[in-house]
Amino acid sequence: MSVRARSAILSLLLLAVFLAAWHLATLPRAESGASVDPEYAKLMGLDKPKSDGMPTPAQLAGTAWKQLSDPFYDAGSNDKGIGIQLAYSLGRVGLGFGLAALVAIPLGFLIGLSPLAYGALNPFIQVLKPISPLAWMPLALYTIKDSTISSIFVIFICSIWPMLINTAHGVASVRRDWLNVAKTLEAGTVRTAFQVILPAAAPTILTGMRISMGIAWLVIVAAEMLVGNLGVGYFVWNEWNNLSLSNVIFAIGVIGVVGMLLDLAFGALQRAVTYVE
Amino acid sequence: MSAAFLQVRGLTRRWSPGAKPVFENVSFALERGEFVCIIGHSGCGKTTILNILAGLDEASGGEVIMDGREVSGPSLDRGVVFQGHALMPWLTVRRNIGFAVKSRWPDWNREKVDAHCQKYIDLVRLTGNEDKKPSALSGGMKQRVGIARAFAIQPKMLLLDEPFGALDALTRGAIQDELTSICAETHQTVFMITHDVDEAILLADRILLMTNGPQARIAEIVVNTLPRVRSRHDIHHHPHYYRLRNHLVDFLVHRSKLLQEGREDEAANERLPRVVMPGLADHEIVPGDAAERLPALKQVK
Repeated sequence: MSVRARSAILSLLLLAVFLAAWHLATLPRAESGASVDPEYAKLMGLDKPKSDGMPTPAQLAGTAWKQLSDPFYDAGSNDKGIGIQLAYSLGRVGLGFGLAALVAIPLGFLIGLSPLAYGALNPFIQVLKPISPLAWMPLALYTIKDSTISSIFVIFICSIWPMLINTAHGVASVRRDWLNVAKTLEAGTVRTAFQVILPAAAPTILTGMRISMGIAWLVIVAAEMLVGNLGVGYFVWNEWNNLSLSNVIFAIGVIGVVGMLLDLAFGALQRAVTYVE
Repeated sequence: MSAAFLQVRGLTRRWSPGAKPVFENVSFALERGEFVCIIGHSGCGKTTILNILAGLDEASGGEVIMDGREVSGPSLDRGVVFQGHALMPWLTVRRNIGFAVKSRWPDWNREKVDAHCQKYIDLVRLTGNEDKKPSALSGGMKQRVGIARAFAIQPKMLLLDEPFGALDALTRGAIQDELTSICAETHQTVFMITHDVDEAILLADRILLMTNGPQARIAEIVVNTLPRVRSRHDIHHHPHYYRLRNHLVDFLVHRSKLLQEGREDEAANERLPRVVMPGLADHEIVPGDAAERLPALKQVK
């Protein structure tokens, strides 16, 4: 049996063990105080199996089924399907990330081409890069005065650095030989930029984009918890306020799966532009 | 005597002002259709000279004149074959050559570019590999693509920077033969760097010998006294072959260093490199075209 098949079986086994442990841990506990008056117990709700609020795997499956069978229902501002929430989150991430790419890739290109610009901007980038994107939130809310645009700004500011740095690095480390070929062939600046530097730096640029997308997806959940109104992050927080842990766990799972799909998509893009030297 | 096709006069290169020059006062000339090799140890500035000829580097002093015009900056008139082939790995063989062709003739449509590429792919015997990426090619094939790319723009002159350095002996031999036949067909003017004495004897009409760097210079211009049409298979049977070869090896092993060390004394009387024709005894010298155009021939051995 191939390693691949064996590891798949092992994965399934681990999942089964995990689910079994979860199931056992969340089984309703038998009440020890049996001496309570039945009437009183009924009144207090003690006759029903007691649960500590943590759903069993079966309950979670029920919740997931319910959510997934009608993902786009809309029953008021605080009760929308997971599909709608996801669409809002993905829309914000897409906008913020897209704007960041529009700024970071051309700017990174220029920085990569000019050692002067690289040296001049590097200190700023190094200081701005480690700032938690959420730290920008109050400033964004104060200046923009709109929570949705603020969350898009936060995505923008967190996506920009990896793309900027990777693009600059990729452009700066294009092999001299290829640039010399372009020079001896009298290829113009635009032609060299698009037909030599861009394809040469594309794998590094895509790496930056992949990292940025990963960070953006991490940040959107936190940002939406802060600004509220819509999105998966808000959904998680809202269900926590509803004390619906099975919805919270379901949402966590969805966030993970969507994040993985985004990463896979960028991985595929990266492979498409990667070349073997 | 009309001016030579390529004239290099007093070329000097310093990495920083005031520093010792890597090489200085390098002067030589190439006739149209001539194949010239330059040999010297690493660090003597061979590649820098080639880069200056290509327009990729600038001299600190001196001038390069090609076809009556001063060389400043790269030009499609000079095709370069790079040491590490320098193919773009994301392009197929056809597109790599096509990039060059499109640079030369920007107005050509796709069909015309492709047809032109095909001609040069066939020339270097890579027919059938047009759509492969460089990573799918062997070292020899890659270098062939590099040669095809340089020839495809039909430059006035070809600059080769140790094009066969990384190849095994068999592949190298095969491509050397191809290069010789292509050059003979197209009457290409070629300036080539090599480390390989045999390669220089096989390919070159004249061989420039450089002393060691820093302050390297061209110490000798060796005229290849073997017949112009040479073949790898029997060149070593020619009576002059070993005399010529020994002269070159002897230069590389001993004199390149001695000349560098003792250059202060010689500087006065050796402003210009001497021209030698090893292999021929005095009475054997036939006034060929090489001998005619080079004044003040000095004889060794």
